[in-house]
Amino acid sequence: MIHISKRKEMPMAQAAAIRLGAIALALVVCGIITAIVTGLNPIKVYASMLNGAFGSQRKIWILLQETAILLCVSLALTPAFRMKFWNLGGEGQILVGGLAAASVMIVWGSRFPNPVVILLEIVAAIAAGAAWALIPAIFKAKWNTNETLFTLMMNYVATQLVAYFVIKWEVPKGSGKIGIINQSTEIGWLPQLGGYKYLLNILLVALLTVGMYIYLNYSKQGYEISVVGESTNTARYVGIKVERIIIRTLIISGAICGFAGLLLVGGTDHTITTTIAGGRGFTAVMVAWLAQFNPAVMVGSSFLLEFMGRGAGEISTAYSLNHSFGDILTGIILFFIIGCEFFINYQIHLSKKGKEAESGV
Amino acid sequence: MSDRQPAVRMRGITKEFAGKVVANKDVNLDIYRGEILALLGENGSGKTTLMNMLSGIYYPDHGSIEIDGKHVTIGSPKDAFDHGIGMIHQHFKLVNVFTAAENIVLGLKDKGKFDLAAASERITEICRTYGFDVDPNQKVYNMSVSQKQTVEIVKLLYRGAEILILDEPTAVLTPQETDKLFAVLRNMRDDGKAIIIITHKLNEVKDISDRVVVLRKGEYVGEMLTSESTTEEMTTMMVGRQVELNIDRPRPVNPKRRIRVHGLTVRNSEGILKLDNVSFSVYSGEILGVAGISGSGQKELLEAIAGLQPVEIGSIEYVNDDGTIDQLIGKDPLEIASLGVALSFVPEDRLGMGLVGSMDLTDNMMLRSFRDGISPFTDRKAPKELAEKVVEELEVNTSSIETPVRRLSGGNVQKVLVGREISSSPTVLLTAYAVRGLDVNSSYMIYDLINKQKANGTAVVFVGEDLDVLLELCDRILVLCGGKVSGIVDGRYTSKKEVGLMMTKLGGGEG
Repeated sequence: MIHISKRKEMPMAQAAAIRLGAIALALVVCGIITAIVTGLNPIKVYASMLNGAFGSQRKIWILLQETAILLCVSLALTPAFRMKFWNLGGEGQILVGGLAAASVMIVWGSRFPNPVVILLEIVAAIAAGAAWALIPAIFKAKWNTNETLFTLMMNYVATQLVAYFVIKWEVPKGSGKIGIINQSTEIGWLPQLGGYKYLLNILLVALLTVGMYIYLNYSKQGYEISVVGESTNTARYVGIKVERIIIRTLIISGAICGFAGLLLVGGTDHTITTTIAGGRGFTAVMVAWLAQFNPAVMVGSSFLLEFMGRGAGEISTAYSLNHSFGDILTGIILFFIIGCEFFINYQIHLSKKGKEAESGV
Repeated sequence: MSDRQPAVRMRGITKEFAGKVVANKDVNLDIYRGEILALLGENGSGKTTLMNMLSGIYYPDHGSIEIDGKHVTIGSPKDAFDHGIGMIHQHFKLVNVFTAAENIVLGLKDKGKFDLAAASERITEICRTYGFDVDPNQKVYNMSVSQKQTVEIVKLLYRGAEILILDEPTAVLTPQETDKLFAVLRNMRDDGKAIIIITHKLNEVKDISDRVVVLRKGEYVGEMLTSESTTEEMTTMMVGRQVELNIDRPRPVNPKRRIRVHGLTVRNSEGILKLDNVSFSVYSGEILGVAGISGSGQKELLEAIAGLQPVEIGSIEYVNDDGTIDQLIGKDPLEIASLGVALSFVPEDRLGMGLVGSMDLTDNMMLRSFRDGISPFTDRKAPKELAEKVVEELEVNTSSIETPVRRLSGGNVQKVLVGREISSSPTVLLTAYAVRGLDVNSSYMIYDLINKQKANGTAVVFVGEDLDVLLELCDRILVLCGGKVSGIVDGRYTSKKEVGLMMTKLGGGEG
């Protein structure tokens, strides 16, 4: 007979062992499925996965850059999530941030000197992202509307907005896209550090991670966020103005999403498309949850997701498999990682029914 | 008695949590039909855990359970039910938008087609047999706490429960409702059911039970026949030593008017009148008790004074030591504090309002004071010292001050909350149901703390539900009835009967 009960607490080491065990088990299951379905040697498949992520210096840089952007978006969502405000609008907030940066580059690129353009770009991207999050925040604070739906819908508005401007500013006419902005002058492009294209982004996000960790855990505002997230009644009881905290926190959340949009448009892509956010607004939800809203752990969880995504892409090209096969492997690994939380929170008892009854007094 | 066949026979029951906390150790317990058994013990003595094993919520690590002489394995609430065991928990498990009848039949897999009318008839039949008062068609969200509890009991009887466990059933009831509950429990006993009631109100144990079993620190320490024992004997067995069961009531020293409430009228968010033209004063160095049937406006009264409840009309004045007056209405808790008014509030909902369950003791100590200083960062040094002090002085039972308060037992949670609230040396202390769910020891410690505040010249407002305590502790008692002040009486010269009448009828007059 199986009996399930909730655990009270588990030592850190034991929980870590369960998580590592889950990953190991996931790799074994993936290997078996790979062997059965494709007939390939799973070890070789794993090797090419590693190769896809770490195979060359360029691949490593791209992996780090992608991790940084995903981490940036996850950090943006975290303060809202800690407050139990489910900001699913990361996608839209990145888009409007990127759009604002692109607009500055296009409209003011030839009017101001480069440093001024970059400064305007940063301000515009952050302000746009913040504004995009502020709208649902105000509605939540004043009328308690459902933030999940509201932020989600704002994504579609943002996509359409970008689509409109892409057509308006398309280069060349009729191509339906904006090419590289200011390609010849490079005005409004964020500077490259030491000749490395991605280094600046990575360093900025690293700083942001440390800053967010300190903000959430050691600042008075971070403490207020935790109190509001746990109980708005308690917050009111100690005189915290809940509406203000909701609005303030969402401005921060949206601003960082807008900043991610800036890094994408100003730092790496130098153009804007409707798909520039690339689903990161949603992947970041998973990153944040996997890390239980701890910015330090998010470094690991965003790296893991990016690594698996890139590895999966590599094996589908290397073995000319359908891209979905990579997704299957990613899905299995995530299933085990998330599923193992069950064993950390719950205990399973297998009772020896017959034996116990006989030994009874 | 031992020659009878027990309905339930638990032998050598042991239960550990997370491999270290022993909740029950080698407990033996017999439960007979036609008997009301009181399971008595302090907080954390393992009463509820033991009963949860009988009702299938937990599974014992060791030991055996027999029902009517047959060995059984109870692995789920459904298993328990198949053996006729049903438990009423402290928190009701009802669907609010369903009627009583719908809740009662919910989840039953009767053969044939779903027939609510027939079910209602059977429910009415059960109610007639035992003297319940339930309207099968009433929606749960329209019910009082006592009615919901009745539905829970009828639900068990409808499903054929023979062994009923009630976990602190009177904690949420008025004296009148308690009497009603006890009357039906007696009827059920006379009908041959086995009834177990978990409680630590000794008066009620005396009143309702036939036999008392005492647990201490998870172990069985003894049992006695209620008719042959005194409450003192029960307490001694429960606590393990002699306990003084008297509450001190020194005369207020140099009382001065501290708070003056005048014409206070409050509507809740649905527009229902909760306080109607309430006027009274609270003096320094006194304890003003507030009595009333639950929901008579006690919550709104305290929250209005604390700045948490919008007020329709009326005034709440705070009288400073120098005679100047501050109006508290229209100010939030922060603004009230910034006037220099040291107002502390121990709310009814400890973990939902007074504390943050997922935070540790230090962070909870910081709730009131985290804004101190100009630094944008929190300073955890003072709160940590306060947490250590509260743990030591109030004997809070916790593994460390890093434990989330949610993991503490009810009594310890309350000590943490009261400890924080009195740490700021308040001039006004508001408490709502300060000892609800607390055991004897913790309760008396809380009374003691409140009395110390009184001796320091604090004006204490004590909203209570146990009239015996109100009559022993309070200098004056304000009785609320339907949001109006039914009267204010002197705690030293009034009687339980007088206050009880005032609770149900304005002015309390007979005619």
